[in-house]
Amino acid sequence: MREIAYLAWCYLSYHRIKTAILVASIALITFLPAGLNVLVSQSAEELTARAESTPLLVGAKGSPLELVLSSLYFESETPAPTTFAESDRVAETGLAEPIPLYVRFRSRSYPIVGTSLEYFDFRGLRFAAGRPMAVLGECVVGAEAARELGVHPGDFVTSSPEGVFDLAGVYPLKMSIVGVLATAHSPDDRAIFIDVKTAWIIDGLGHGHQDLAAPDAESAVLSRDGDRITANASVVQYNEITAENIDSFHFHGELATYPLSAVIAAPHSEKSRALLLGRYQDDDASQLVVPTAVMDELLETVLTVREYAVAAVAIAGSATLMTTTLVFLLSLRLRRREIATMMKIGASRSTVAAVLISEVAVVLLLGGILAAGLTLATSRFGSAAIRALLLS
Amino acid sequence: MSNEKFRLTDLRFQYGDGDFALRVPELAVESGQRVAVIGPSGSGKTTLLHVIAGIELAQTGSVEIDGSNWTALAEAERRALRVQRIGLVFQEFELLEYLRVLDNITLPYRIHPSLSLDSTCRDRARALAGTLGVGDKLARFPAHLSHGEKQRVAVCRALITEPDLILADEPTGNLDPANKHRVLDHLIDCANERGSTLVLVTHDHDLLDRFDRIIDVKSFSEGADA
Repeated sequence: MREIAYLAWCYLSYHRIKTAILVASIALITFLPAGLNVLVSQSAEELTARAESTPLLVGAKGSPLELVLSSLYFESETPAPTTFAESDRVAETGLAEPIPLYVRFRSRSYPIVGTSLEYFDFRGLRFAAGRPMAVLGECVVGAEAARELGVHPGDFVTSSPEGVFDLAGVYPLKMSIVGVLATAHSPDDRAIFIDVKTAWIIDGLGHGHQDLAAPDAESAVLSRDGDRITANASVVQYNEITAENIDSFHFHGELATYPLSAVIAAPHSEKSRALLLGRYQDDDASQLVVPTAVMDELLETVLTVREYAVAAVAIAGSATLMTTTLVFLLSLRLRRREIATMMKIGASRSTVAAVLISEVAVVLLLGGILAAGLTLATSRFGSAAIRALLLS
Repeated sequence: MSNEKFRLTDLRFQYGDGDFALRVPELAVESGQRVAVIGPSGSGKTTLLHVIAGIELAQTGSVEIDGSNWTALAEAERRALRVQRIGLVFQEFELLEYLRVLDNITLPYRIHPSLSLDSTCRDRARALAGTLGVGDKLARFPAHLSHGEKQRVAVCRALITEPDLILADEPTGNLDPANKHRVLDHLIDCANERGSTLVLVTHDHDLLDRFDRIIDVKSFSEGADA
């Protein structure tokens, strides 16, 4: 048997390009349906798990899918904004605990999530280092983001402008890292958490600047009318909140009108949940969505697509298998002389057949190993890729 | 006790429904004889070797080797005897392109369970290759050998099992004069050392004086003993 395997191996290694093509074909026709199944099942499980841990979401009227994807995965387009009043409204019902979310800004590719401290308890997030944010300008970084950015408590991250020419818009705020979260194997790992008020400062709704009553700001003052001071653009605006300048930060207008992307509503009971759903049933401006229902709808589409994809792969796989068989049979014709030589010297038909079967077995084995490796890699990294694809 | 190596009696062989037919009323060869088989192309020299080796089975008549009726043996028995006791050199070398020279020489040991490939056998293969001037080509594939080198590798493969009957189909056909004599010397030396019988097909009449006996297949009348 060893000699037969050796002869088979010699043939395959001599014809290494043909062998590689056959192995790749076998690997692909095995991997594609298997990998697709693993990928979709795993992604479905992951997407559903996140949705299941988020009972209800309040947002502005619009696409429920966009609202869920943005609030749960921080990846989708920002949904139409609701207001902070919606958070107060949920609280006032006494039916649920509101957790505000403002997911609009980024620091490089990492989403900045404006929220409240309750979010950490709600998601069961633990701190690997440091503490939660306590004052304006502080942030907590998810485990993966911290690892990739190489940052620790005491370091800084800066929010990215939304556009190169957006000089007057989003505030590039330098934020002090006070905590790093432990790995949670969820989108929280890649997020940077700040207080929702800090998010509003990035949005330009609150700001801190040089004290206009101070003598060194005199050159920037254009006019004084009682308490009202008008200044020009030379007034120094702070892009970092420090112990020295924190008191200069202030907000203009009513906080209730400030934007949020969503409010997580954690109902106190099943009854509260039902009542809250009822309250929003006929609301013209806002919607209350059940994330699991939205995700189930999305997954239903994905699973249907999977069925079509598997059918297409099965057809392509059959064609590839037939072509592979044809290649093998044609190669047998080309090898008639070689086979005859072996038999003339003294090989039996069964020995020759064993060599040929060993060659097929080695190709199938290598193809199988490659397919298993690819499937393993898919189960390891695929769900993140498909999630990125689904949410992009 | 008879000293006959093989005997062909009333033999008739024909390929399918072709026109060619090999007829051998009687042919006996003594052990240790050196026999040259001559005849024009298409006269049946190669077929004769194949029939003696049991590669082809005659429609009528018998082939006896060492007194046993070759044609009465089962296919598996014939194969086992062939690989163990007959060394074959084919006209077109018939080396396996995907095996290196050393593996081509030791091929008989890899294709039949009655032979076992060990270090002694490998050493013998190296020594044979060295004697025939291809000792430095052991790691090469046949595609990287000249015609003459392929021919010598084919001779090495025939001799590796130390056969007592060597059937060589024009083993010097592609060789230059120096290598022609080198290969023939080696075949004859090997045959003499072991008392093996050598049957060699050739078109080269310069070599005929090296043989004990000459058989002309065309007329199937034996020539004068050398």
